Amino acid sequence: MRTDLKPVPFRGGGFAPKRLPYLGPATFLALLVVWWFATRFGFVSELALPKPAEVAGAFINMARSGEVWQHIGASLRRLVVGWTLGAAAGVAVGFSIGLSSLARSTALPVVSAIFPIPKIALLPLFIIWLGIGEASKYATIAFGVFSPMAIAAFGGVDGVDRTLIRMAQSFGMPPRDIVRKIIFPGAMPGLLSGVRISASIGIILLTAAEMIGAEYGIGALVLAAGNLMQTDRLVAGVLLLSAFGLVVSQIIGFAERRLLNWR
Amino acid sequence: MDIVAENVCHGYGSLAVLDNINLTIKSGEIVAVLGPSGCGKSTLLRILGGLEKATSGRVLMAGEPPPSSLNPLTYVFQDFALVPWRTVADNVGMPLEHHRMSASERTTRVASALARVNLTEFAHAYPKQLSGGMRQRTSIARALAVDPAILLMDEPLSALDAQTRELLLADLIRLWTETRFTAVYITHNLSEAVRLGHRIVVLSRRPGRIRDIVELDVPLAARGDHHAQLAAASERIWSLIRDEAAVADRELIDAH
Repeated sequence: MRTDLKPVPFRGGGFAPKRLPYLGPATFLALLVVWWFATRFGFVSELALPKPAEVAGAFINMARSGEVWQHIGASLRRLVVGWTLGAAAGVAVGFSIGLSSLARSTALPVVSAIFPIPKIALLPLFIIWLGIGEASKYATIAFGVFSPMAIAAFGGVDGVDRTLIRMAQSFGMPPRDIVRKIIFPGAMPGLLSGVRISASIGIILLTAAEMIGAEYGIGALVLAAGNLMQTDRLVAGVLLLSAFGLVVSQIIGFAERRLLNWR
Repeated sequence: MDIVAENVCHGYGSLAVLDNINLTIKSGEIVAVLGPSGCGKSTLLRILGGLEKATSGRVLMAGEPPPSSLNPLTYVFQDFALVPWRTVADNVGMPLEHHRMSASERTTRVASALARVNLTEFAHAYPKQLSGGMRQRTSIARALAVDPAILLMDEPLSALDAQTRELLLADLIRLWTETRFTAVYITHNLSEAVRLGHRIVVLSRRPGRIRDIVELDVPLAARGDHHAQLAAASERIWSLIRDEAAVADRELIDAH
Protein backbone atom coordinates (compact mmCIF):
# COMPACT_ATOMS: atom_id res chain seq x y z
CA MET A 1 0.00 0.00 0.00
CA ARG A 2 1.43 3.33 -1.01
CA THR A 3 1.33 6.09 1.53
CA ASP A 4 2.07 9.05 -0.74
CA LEU A 5 -1.44 9.15 -2.28
CA LYS A 6 -3.58 12.29 -2.17
CA PRO A 7 -6.66 13.31 -4.12
CA VAL A 8 -6.34 15.53 -7.21
CA PRO A 9 -7.66 18.95 -6.08
CA PHE A 10 -10.89 20.06 -7.82
CA ARG A 11 -10.29 23.22 -9.83
CA GLY A 12 -13.32 23.42 -12.14
CA GLY A 13 -16.83 24.71 -11.52
CA GLY A 14 -18.19 28.21 -11.00
CA PHE A 15 -18.65 30.88 -13.68
CA ALA A 16 -22.06 29.43 -14.51
CA PRO A 17 -24.75 31.39 -12.62
CA LYS A 18 -28.04 29.55 -12.35
CA ARG A 19 -31.54 30.92 -11.80
CA LEU A 20 -32.76 30.35 -8.27
CA PRO A 21 -36.55 30.47 -8.61
CA TYR A 22 -37.85 32.15 -5.41
CA LEU A 23 -35.00 34.54 -4.78
CA GLY A 24 -36.28 37.19 -7.20
CA PRO A 25 -39.62 37.81 -5.46
CA ALA A 26 -37.91 37.39 -2.07
CA THR A 27 -35.51 40.24 -2.91
CA PHE A 28 -38.44 42.55 -3.64
CA LEU A 29 -40.09 41.52 -0.40
CA ALA A 30 -36.89 42.27 1.50
CA LEU A 31 -36.65 45.72 -0.12
CA LEU A 32 -40.26 46.38 0.85
CA VAL A 33 -39.51 45.42 4.47
CA VAL A 34 -36.49 47.75 4.54
CA TRP A 35 -38.66 50.54 3.13
CA TRP A 36 -41.42 49.87 5.65
CA PHE A 37 -38.91 49.73 8.52
CA ALA A 38 -37.14 52.94 7.48
CA THR A 39 -40.36 54.93 7.21
CA ARG A 40 -42.15 53.36 10.19
CA PHE A 41 -39.40 54.20 12.70
CA GLY A 42 -38.54 57.62 11.32
CA PHE A 43 -35.12 56.91 9.83
CA VAL A 44 -36.43 58.61 6.70
CA SER A 45 -38.63 61.67 7.01
CA GLU A 46 -42.20 61.44 5.78
CA LEU A 47 -41.57 64.36 3.45
CA ALA A 48 -38.81 62.50 1.65
CA LEU A 49 -40.43 59.10 1.31
CA PRO A 50 -44.02 58.01 2.09
CA LYS A 51 -44.83 54.76 3.89
CA PRO A 52 -45.57 51.73 1.69
CA ALA A 53 -49.14 51.68 2.98
CA GLU A 54 -49.65 55.31 1.92
CA VAL A 55 -48.41 54.58 -1.57
CA ALA A 56 -50.73 51.57 -1.77
CA GLY A 57 -53.55 53.74 -0.47
CA ALA A 58 -52.87 56.44 -3.07
CA PHE A 59 -52.87 53.82 -5.77
CA ILE A 60 -56.14 52.30 -4.58
CA ASN A 61 -57.77 55.75 -4.44
CA MET A 62 -56.65 56.50 -7.97
CA ALA A 63 -57.86 53.10 -9.13
CA ARG A 64 -61.30 53.63 -7.47
CA SER A 65 -61.75 57.03 -9.07
CA GLY A 66 -60.63 55.58 -12.41
CA GLU A 67 -57.95 58.26 -12.68
CA VAL A 68 -55.07 55.77 -12.81
CA TRP A 69 -56.57 53.90 -15.75
CA GLN A 70 -56.76 57.14 -17.68
CA HIS A 71 -53.06 57.71 -17.03
CA ILE A 72 -52.10 54.15 -17.90
CA GLY A 73 -54.29 54.15 -21.00
CA ALA A 74 -52.83 57.40 -22.30
CA SER A 75 -49.24 56.24 -21.68
CA LEU A 76 -49.81 52.82 -23.17
CA ARG A 77 -51.31 54.26 -26.34
CA ARG A 78 -48.41 56.69 -26.77
CA LEU A 79 -45.87 53.95 -26.19
CA VAL A 80 -47.52 51.47 -28.55
CA VAL A 81 -48.13 53.96 -31.38
CA GLY A 82 -44.77 55.69 -31.07
CA TRP A 83 -42.79 52.48 -30.68
CA THR A 84 -44.54 50.76 -33.59
CA LEU A 85 -43.96 53.69 -35.95
CA GLY A 86 -40.30 54.02 -34.95
CA ALA A 87 -39.59 50.29 -34.95
CA ALA A 88 -41.20 49.74 -38.35
CA ALA A 89 -39.19 52.56 -39.88
CA GLY A 90 -36.03 51.42 -38.09
CA VAL A 91 -36.35 47.81 -39.26
CA ALA A 92 -37.04 48.93 -42.83
CA VAL A 93 -34.01 51.23 -42.88
CA GLY A 94 -31.84 48.70 -41.03
CA PHE A 95 -32.70 45.99 -43.56
CA SER A 96 -31.86 48.25 -46.47
CA ILE A 97 -28.54 49.13 -44.84
CA GLY A 98 -27.89 45.43 -44.38
CA LEU A 99 -28.83 44.51 -47.93
CA SER A 100 -27.86 47.35 -50.25
CA SER A 101 -24.55 49.07 -50.82
CA LEU A 102 -26.38 52.28 -51.70
CA ALA A 103 -28.29 52.37 -48.40
CA ARG A 104 -25.20 51.41 -46.46
CA SER A 105 -23.30 54.35 -47.87
CA THR A 106 -26.14 56.86 -47.52
CA ALA A 107 -28.45 55.87 -44.65
CA LEU A 108 -25.91 54.42 -42.23
CA PRO A 109 -24.05 57.73 -41.68
CA VAL A 110 -27.41 59.46 -41.16
CA VAL A 111 -28.55 56.86 -38.62
CA SER A 112 -25.22 57.13 -36.82
CA ALA A 113 -25.59 60.92 -36.72
CA ILE A 114 -29.15 60.72 -35.37
CA PHE A 115 -28.33 58.12 -32.72
CA PRO A 116 -26.48 60.31 -30.20
CA ILE A 117 -29.01 63.19 -30.24
CA PRO A 118 -31.03 63.16 -27.00
CA LYS A 119 -34.42 62.86 -28.65
CA ILE A 120 -36.20 64.78 -25.92
CA ALA A 121 -34.32 67.85 -27.17
CA LEU A 122 -36.35 67.54 -30.34
CA LEU A 123 -39.73 67.59 -28.59
CA PRO A 124 -39.97 71.41 -28.67
CA LEU A 125 -39.34 71.26 -32.40
CA PHE A 126 -41.95 68.55 -32.87
CA ILE A 127 -44.40 70.68 -30.84
CA ILE A 128 -43.80 73.58 -33.21
CA TRP A 129 -44.33 71.30 -36.21
CA LEU A 130 -47.12 69.08 -34.96
CA GLY A 131 -48.76 70.99 -32.09
CA ILE A 132 -48.86 70.20 -28.39
CA GLY A 133 -51.14 67.17 -28.89
CA GLU A 134 -50.42 63.49 -29.28
CA ALA A 135 -48.61 63.69 -32.62
CA SER A 136 -45.54 65.41 -31.18
CA LYS A 137 -45.27 62.77 -28.45
CA TYR A 138 -45.62 59.92 -30.96
CA ALA A 139 -42.92 61.54 -33.07
CA THR A 140 -40.49 61.89 -30.15
CA ILE A 141 -40.90 58.26 -29.09
CA ALA A 142 -40.77 57.00 -32.69
CA PHE A 143 -37.64 58.99 -33.36
CA GLY A 144 -35.95 57.64 -30.26
CA VAL A 145 -36.88 54.06 -31.13
CA PHE A 146 -35.83 54.43 -34.76
CA SER A 147 -32.03 54.49 -34.48
CA PRO A 148 -31.47 51.61 -32.05
CA MET A 149 -33.92 49.52 -34.06
CA ALA A 150 -32.20 50.40 -37.35
CA ILE A 151 -28.79 49.55 -35.94
CA ALA A 152 -30.05 46.28 -34.43
CA ALA A 153 -31.71 45.27 -37.71
CA PHE A 154 -28.61 46.10 -39.71
CA GLY A 155 -26.42 44.16 -37.30
CA GLY A 156 -28.85 41.25 -37.40
CA VAL A 157 -28.79 41.12 -41.20
CA ASP A 158 -25.00 41.34 -41.19
CA GLY A 159 -24.89 38.43 -38.78
CA VAL A 160 -26.87 36.07 -41.01
CA ASP A 161 -24.75 33.12 -42.09
CA ARG A 162 -23.57 33.84 -45.66
CA THR A 163 -23.40 30.15 -46.50
CA LEU A 164 -27.17 29.96 -46.00
CA ILE A 165 -27.65 32.79 -48.48
CA ARG A 166 -25.35 31.08 -51.01
CA MET A 167 -27.25 27.86 -50.44
CA ALA A 168 -30.57 29.57 -51.13
CA GLN A 169 -29.15 31.15 -54.28
CA SER A 170 -27.78 27.80 -55.41
CA PHE A 171 -31.31 26.40 -55.27
CA GLY A 172 -32.57 29.28 -57.39
CA MET A 173 -34.65 30.85 -54.63
CA PRO A 174 -35.90 34.29 -55.69
CA PRO A 175 -34.37 37.26 -53.77
CA ARG A 176 -37.70 38.06 -52.10
CA ASP A 177 -37.88 34.53 -50.69
CA ILE A 178 -34.26 34.72 -49.55
CA VAL A 179 -35.06 37.85 -47.54
CA ARG A 180 -38.26 36.37 -46.13
CA LYS A 181 -37.09 32.83 -45.37
CA ILE A 182 -33.37 33.22 -44.65
CA ILE A 183 -32.45 36.78 -43.78
CA PHE A 184 -35.49 37.77 -41.72
CA PRO A 185 -35.50 34.73 -39.42
CA GLY A 186 -31.70 34.80 -39.31
CA ALA A 187 -31.76 38.42 -38.16
CA MET A 188 -34.42 37.68 -35.52
CA PRO A 189 -32.00 37.40 -32.55
CA GLY A 190 -30.62 40.85 -33.40
CA LEU A 191 -34.10 42.27 -33.93
CA LEU A 192 -35.31 41.03 -30.55
CA SER A 193 -32.36 42.49 -28.70
CA GLY A 194 -33.13 45.73 -30.54
CA VAL A 195 -36.72 45.51 -29.31
CA ARG A 196 -35.45 45.14 -25.76
CA ILE A 197 -33.26 48.24 -25.96
CA SER A 198 -35.73 50.36 -27.91
CA ALA A 199 -38.63 49.54 -25.60
CA SER A 200 -36.72 50.91 -22.60
CA ILE A 201 -35.73 53.99 -24.58
CA GLY A 202 -39.40 54.34 -25.53
CA ILE A 203 -40.50 54.31 -21.88
CA ILE A 204 -37.90 56.92 -20.92
CA LEU A 205 -38.96 59.22 -23.76
CA LEU A 206 -42.62 58.61 -23.00
CA THR A 207 -42.20 59.83 -19.44
CA ALA A 208 -40.11 62.80 -20.46
CA ALA A 209 -42.58 63.83 -23.17
CA GLU A 210 -45.50 63.54 -20.76
CA MET A 211 -43.70 65.72 -18.25
CA ILE A 212 -43.29 68.48 -20.81
CA GLY A 213 -46.89 68.79 -21.85
CA ALA A 214 -49.65 66.33 -21.15
CA GLU A 215 -52.84 66.25 -19.14
CA TYR A 216 -52.87 62.47 -18.69
CA GLY A 217 -50.14 59.89 -18.64
CA ILE A 218 -47.89 58.46 -15.95
CA GLY A 219 -45.26 61.11 -16.58
CA ALA A 220 -47.87 63.84 -16.10
CA LEU A 221 -49.10 62.12 -12.93
CA VAL A 222 -45.60 62.00 -11.44
CA LEU A 223 -44.89 65.63 -12.33
CA ALA A 224 -48.21 66.91 -10.96
CA ALA A 225 -47.77 64.93 -7.74
CA GLY A 226 -44.28 66.35 -7.33
CA ASN A 227 -45.52 69.90 -7.75
CA LEU A 228 -48.05 69.35 -4.96
CA MET A 229 -45.59 67.48 -2.71
CA GLN A 230 -47.86 64.41 -2.92
CA THR A 231 -45.02 61.93 -2.53
CA ASP A 232 -47.41 58.97 -2.14
CA ARG A 233 -48.91 59.55 -5.61
CA LEU A 234 -45.46 60.32 -6.98
CA VAL A 235 -43.97 57.04 -5.78
CA ALA A 236 -47.05 55.14 -6.98
CA GLY A 237 -46.46 56.61 -10.45
CA VAL A 238 -42.77 55.70 -10.42
CA LEU A 239 -43.61 52.13 -9.39
CA LEU A 240 -46.10 52.00 -12.27
CA LEU A 241 -43.31 52.94 -14.67
CA SER A 242 -41.14 50.20 -13.26
CA ALA A 243 -44.01 47.73 -13.72
CA PHE A 244 -44.39 48.94 -17.31
CA GLY A 245 -40.77 48.09 -17.99
CA LEU A 246 -41.03 44.71 -16.30
CA VAL A 247 -44.12 43.75 -18.30
CA VAL A 248 -42.46 44.77 -21.57
CA SER A 249 -39.35 42.78 -20.69
CA GLN A 250 -41.50 39.73 -19.83
CA ILE A 251 -43.26 39.96 -23.20
CA ILE A 252 -39.92 40.14 -25.01
CA GLY A 253 -38.55 37.22 -22.99
CA PHE A 254 -41.59 35.19 -23.98
CA ALA A 255 -41.16 36.15 -27.63
CA GLU A 256 -37.48 35.16 -27.48
CA ARG A 257 -38.30 31.75 -26.07
CA ARG A 258 -40.98 31.19 -28.72
CA LEU A 259 -39.16 32.58 -31.75
CA LEU A 260 -35.61 31.50 -30.97
CA ASN A 261 -36.23 28.00 -29.65
CA TRP A 262 -34.16 26.66 -32.58
CA ARG A 263 -30.95 28.05 -31.05
CA MET B 1 -27.10 16.71 -69.47
CA ASP B 2 -23.34 17.25 -69.65
CA ILE B 3 -21.39 20.18 -68.35
CA VAL B 4 -18.35 21.57 -70.11
CA ALA B 5 -15.72 23.91 -68.69
CA GLU B 6 -13.75 25.68 -71.39
CA ASN B 7 -10.46 27.44 -70.63
CA VAL B 8 -11.62 28.48 -67.18
CA CYS B 9 -9.15 30.82 -65.48
CA HIS B 10 -9.80 32.60 -62.23
CA GLY B 11 -8.00 34.92 -59.89
CA TYR B 12 -8.57 37.35 -57.05
CA GLY B 13 -6.71 40.52 -57.97
CA SER B 14 -3.16 39.50 -58.79
CA LEU B 15 -3.57 36.08 -57.17
CA ALA B 16 -4.16 33.38 -59.80
CA VAL B 17 -6.36 30.60 -58.45
CA LEU B 18 -7.31 28.49 -61.47
CA ASP B 19 -5.32 28.17 -64.66
CA ASN B 20 -6.93 27.04 -67.88
CA ILE B 21 -9.27 24.30 -66.72
CA ASN B 22 -10.84 22.23 -69.51
CA LEU B 23 -13.19 19.55 -68.30
CA THR B 24 -16.31 17.73 -69.48
CA ILE B 25 -18.59 16.02 -66.98
CA LYS B 26 -20.70 13.42 -68.74
CA SER B 27 -24.11 12.33 -67.65
CA GLY B 28 -24.09 9.44 -65.20
CA GLU B 29 -20.49 9.68 -64.03
CA ILE B 30 -18.91 10.88 -60.82
CA VAL B 31 -15.90 13.07 -61.44
CA ALA B 32 -13.75 13.41 -58.35
CA VAL B 33 -11.62 16.55 -58.24
CA LEU B 34 -8.62 15.99 -56.02
CA GLY B 35 -6.14 18.59 -54.95
CA PRO B 36 -4.24 19.97 -51.96
CA SER B 37 -5.98 22.58 -49.81
CA GLY B 38 -6.00 26.03 -51.36
CA CYS B 39 -5.64 24.75 -54.93
CA GLY B 40 -8.88 26.40 -56.00
CA LYS B 41 -10.99 23.26 -56.26
CA SER B 42 -13.91 24.76 -54.30
CA THR B 43 -13.65 27.87 -56.47
CA LEU B 44 -13.86 25.64 -59.53
CA LEU B 45 -17.04 24.06 -58.15
CA ARG B 46 -18.60 27.46 -57.47
CA ILE B 47 -17.79 28.47 -61.04
CA LEU B 48 -19.24 25.23 -62.46
CA GLY B 49 -22.56 25.86 -60.71
CA GLY B 50 -22.76 29.59 -61.37
CA LEU B 51 -22.14 30.83 -57.84
CA GLU B 52 -19.01 32.62 -58.96
CA LYS B 53 -17.95 34.20 -62.27
CA ALA B 54 -14.72 32.99 -63.80
CA THR B 55 -12.24 35.72 -64.73
CA SER B 56 -12.07 34.20 -68.18
CA GLY B 57 -13.32 31.11 -69.96
CA ARG B 58 -16.84 29.75 -69.77
CA VAL B 59 -18.97 26.92 -68.45
CA LEU B 60 -21.56 25.41 -70.78
CA MET B 61 -24.46 23.06 -70.36
CA ALA B 62 -24.76 20.49 -73.14
CA GLY B 63 -28.23 19.06 -73.64
CA GLU B 64 -31.40 19.61 -71.68
CA PRO B 65 -31.84 18.56 -68.05
CA PRO B 66 -34.64 16.04 -67.44
CA PRO B 67 -38.04 17.78 -67.22
CA SER B 68 -38.56 16.71 -63.59
CA SER B 69 -35.38 18.54 -62.59
CA LEU B 70 -36.22 21.71 -60.67
CA ASN B 71 -32.63 22.78 -60.15
CA PRO B 72 -30.27 21.16 -62.66
CA LEU B 73 -27.06 22.21 -60.92
CA THR B 74 -27.43 21.46 -57.22
CA TYR B 75 -24.84 21.82 -54.47
CA VAL B 76 -24.08 19.76 -51.40
CA PHE B 77 -22.01 21.94 -49.09
CA GLN B 78 -19.18 20.95 -46.80
CA ASP B 79 -20.76 22.62 -43.78
CA PHE B 80 -24.26 21.33 -44.67
CA ALA B 81 -25.85 24.82 -44.89
CA LEU B 82 -29.00 23.71 -43.10
CA VAL B 83 -31.42 26.37 -41.88
CA PRO B 84 -31.40 25.96 -38.08
CA TRP B 85 -34.96 27.20 -37.53
CA ARG B 86 -36.49 24.61 -39.84
CA THR B 87 -37.02 20.92 -39.20
CA VAL B 88 -35.36 18.28 -41.35
CA ALA B 89 -38.48 17.96 -43.53
CA ASP B 90 -38.85 21.74 -43.88
CA ASN B 91 -35.18 22.08 -44.81
CA VAL B 92 -35.61 19.45 -47.51
CA GLY B 93 -38.84 21.11 -48.69
CA MET B 94 -37.47 24.67 -48.78
CA PRO B 95 -36.08 24.56 -52.35
CA LEU B 96 -39.47 23.27 -53.56
CA GLU B 97 -41.45 26.14 -52.08
CA HIS B 98 -40.88 28.61 -54.89
CA HIS B 99 -41.84 26.09 -57.58
CA ARG B 100 -45.42 25.63 -58.68
CA MET B 101 -46.57 22.17 -57.69
CA SER B 102 -49.38 20.58 -55.78
CA ALA B 103 -49.03 20.15 -52.04
CA SER B 104 -49.14 16.41 -52.50
CA GLU B 105 -46.28 16.41 -55.01
CA ARG B 106 -44.25 18.52 -52.60
CA THR B 107 -44.91 16.10 -49.76
CA THR B 108 -44.08 13.13 -51.98
CA ARG B 109 -40.80 14.65 -53.11
CA VAL B 110 -39.75 15.42 -49.53
CA ALA B 111 -40.81 12.01 -48.26
CA SER B 112 -39.04 10.10 -51.00
CA ALA B 113 -35.85 12.15 -50.62
CA LEU B 114 -35.86 11.51 -46.87
CA ALA B 115 -36.52 7.81 -47.42
CA ARG B 116 -33.57 7.54 -49.79
CA VAL B 117 -31.16 8.72 -47.10
CA ASN B 118 -32.97 6.84 -44.30
CA LEU B 119 -34.10 9.95 -42.47
CA THR B 120 -37.87 9.39 -42.51
CA GLU B 121 -38.16 8.97 -38.75
CA PHE B 122 -36.20 12.20 -38.14
CA ALA B 123 -38.38 14.37 -40.38
CA HIS B 124 -39.48 16.57 -37.46
CA ALA B 125 -36.14 16.95 -35.73
CA TYR B 126 -34.20 20.23 -35.80
CA PRO B 127 -30.64 20.38 -37.17
CA LYS B 128 -29.17 21.11 -33.72
CA GLN B 129 -30.50 17.73 -32.54
CA LEU B 130 -28.75 15.81 -35.32
CA SER B 131 -25.28 14.32 -35.54
CA GLY B 132 -22.94 15.55 -38.26
CA GLY B 133 -23.70 12.53 -40.41
CA MET B 134 -27.45 13.10 -40.14
CA ARG B 135 -27.02 16.76 -40.99
CA GLN B 136 -25.13 15.89 -44.15
CA ARG B 137 -27.77 13.27 -45.00
CA THR B 138 -30.40 16.00 -44.64
CA SER B 139 -28.47 18.22 -46.98
CA ILE B 140 -28.13 15.34 -49.48
CA ALA B 141 -31.89 14.72 -49.22
CA ARG B 142 -32.49 18.42 -49.91
CA ALA B 143 -30.36 18.12 -53.04
CA LEU B 144 -32.14 14.95 -54.17
CA ALA B 145 -35.58 16.53 -53.68
CA VAL B 146 -35.08 18.90 -56.61
CA ASP B 147 -34.01 16.08 -58.97
CA PRO B 148 -30.65 17.55 -59.92
CA ALA B 149 -29.13 16.82 -63.31
CA ILE B 150 -25.69 17.27 -61.76
CA LEU B 151 -24.74 17.21 -58.10
CA LEU B 152 -21.93 19.55 -57.15
CA MET B 153 -20.45 18.22 -53.93
CA ASP B 154 -17.96 20.40 -52.07
CA GLU B 155 -15.98 18.15 -49.72
CA PRO B 156 -19.24 16.76 -48.36
CA LEU B 157 -17.56 14.42 -45.89
CA SER B 158 -14.75 16.67 -44.67
CA ALA B 159 -16.61 17.94 -41.63
CA LEU B 160 -17.35 14.41 -40.41
CA ASP B 161 -15.38 11.94 -38.33
CA ALA B 162 -13.76 8.94 -39.99
CA GLN B 163 -16.43 6.38 -39.08
CA THR B 164 -19.33 8.58 -40.16
CA ARG B 165 -17.46 9.33 -43.36
CA GLU B 166 -17.25 5.63 -44.13
CA LEU B 167 -21.01 5.23 -43.55
CA LEU B 168 -21.87 8.17 -45.79
CA LEU B 169 -19.50 6.97 -48.47
CA ALA B 170 -21.41 3.68 -48.51
CA ASP B 171 -24.68 5.64 -48.71
CA LEU B 172 -23.43 7.65 -51.67
CA ILE B 173 -22.32 4.48 -53.48
CA ARG B 174 -25.75 2.94 -52.84
CA LEU B 175 -27.52 6.08 -54.06
CA TRP B 176 -25.42 6.16 -57.20
CA THR B 177 -26.06 2.46 -57.88
CA GLU B 178 -29.81 3.14 -57.53
CA THR B 179 -30.08 6.23 -59.72
CA ARG B 180 -26.79 6.76 -61.59
CA PHE B 181 -26.68 10.45 -60.78
CA THR B 182 -24.04 12.74 -62.24
CA ALA B 183 -21.71 14.43 -59.78
CA VAL B 184 -18.63 16.54 -59.39
CA TYR B 185 -17.09 15.49 -56.11
CA ILE B 186 -14.50 17.86 -54.68
CA THR B 187 -12.16 16.36 -52.12
CA HIS B 188 -8.67 16.54 -50.71
CA ASN B 189 -8.95 12.94 -49.61
CA LEU B 190 -7.34 10.44 -51.96
CA SER B 191 -9.22 7.41 -50.67
CA GLU B 192 -12.62 9.12 -51.08
CA ALA B 193 -11.68 10.06 -54.63
CA VAL B 194 -10.65 6.50 -55.45
CA ARG B 195 -13.78 5.02 -53.85
CA LEU B 196 -16.24 7.32 -55.62
CA GLY B 197 -14.71 8.68 -58.80
CA HIS B 198 -15.22 7.21 -62.25
CA ARG B 199 -12.63 9.74 -63.24
CA ILE B 200 -10.27 11.49 -60.88
CA VAL B 201 -9.09 14.93 -61.88
CA VAL B 202 -5.84 15.73 -60.11
CA LEU B 203 -5.28 19.46 -59.62
CA SER B 204 -1.93 21.05 -58.93
CA ARG B 205 -1.18 23.50 -56.18
CA ARG B 206 -2.29 27.10 -56.70
CA PRO B 207 -2.85 28.21 -59.38
CA GLY B 208 -4.85 25.02 -59.92
CA ARG B 209 -4.10 23.25 -63.19
CA ILE B 210 -5.24 19.82 -64.28
CA ARG B 211 -2.19 17.62 -63.82
CA ASP B 212 -3.78 14.37 -64.80
CA ILE B 213 -7.13 12.67 -65.22
CA VAL B 214 -7.16 9.09 -63.98
CA GLU B 215 -9.94 6.81 -65.24
CA LEU B 216 -11.11 3.98 -63.03
CA ASP B 217 -13.38 1.40 -64.65
CA VAL B 218 -13.89 -0.71 -61.52
CA PRO B 219 -17.63 -0.56 -60.67
CA LEU B 220 -18.31 1.54 -57.54
CA ALA B 221 -20.02 -1.30 -55.71
CA ALA B 222 -16.97 -3.53 -56.22
CA ARG B 223 -14.47 -1.08 -54.77
CA GLY B 224 -13.42 -2.52 -51.47
CA ASP B 225 -10.34 -1.52 -49.57
CA HIS B 226 -8.02 -4.10 -51.06
CA HIS B 227 -8.74 -3.92 -54.75
CA ALA B 228 -5.48 -4.28 -56.67
CA GLN B 229 -6.38 -1.88 -59.48
CA LEU B 230 -7.48 0.75 -56.97
CA ALA B 231 -4.29 0.34 -55.01
CA ALA B 232 -2.26 0.89 -58.16
CA ALA B 233 -4.31 3.99 -59.04
CA SER B 234 -3.93 5.35 -55.52
CA GLU B 235 -0.21 4.78 -55.69
CA ARG B 236 0.02 6.61 -59.00
CA ILE B 237 -2.07 9.57 -57.83
CA TRP B 238 -0.20 9.78 -54.56
CA SER B 239 3.10 10.00 -56.40
CA LEU B 240 1.56 12.87 -58.39
CA ILE B 241 0.39 14.89 -55.43
CA ARG B 242 2.84 13.91 -52.73
CA ASP B 243 5.50 16.57 -53.30
CA GLU B 244 2.91 19.29 -53.63
CA ALA B 245 1.11 18.15 -50.51
CA ALA B 246 4.40 18.42 -48.65
CA VAL B 247 4.99 21.95 -49.95
CA ALA B 248 1.39 22.98 -49.24
CA ASP B 249 1.78 21.71 -45.71
CA ARG B 250 4.66 24.12 -45.09
CA GLU B 251 3.02 27.13 -46.71
CA LEU B 252 1.82 30.17 -44.79
CA ILE B 253 -1.77 31.08 -45.45
CA ASP B 254 -2.13 34.41 -47.25
CA ALA B 255 -4.95 36.65 -46.29
CA HIS B 256 -7.09 37.09 -49.37
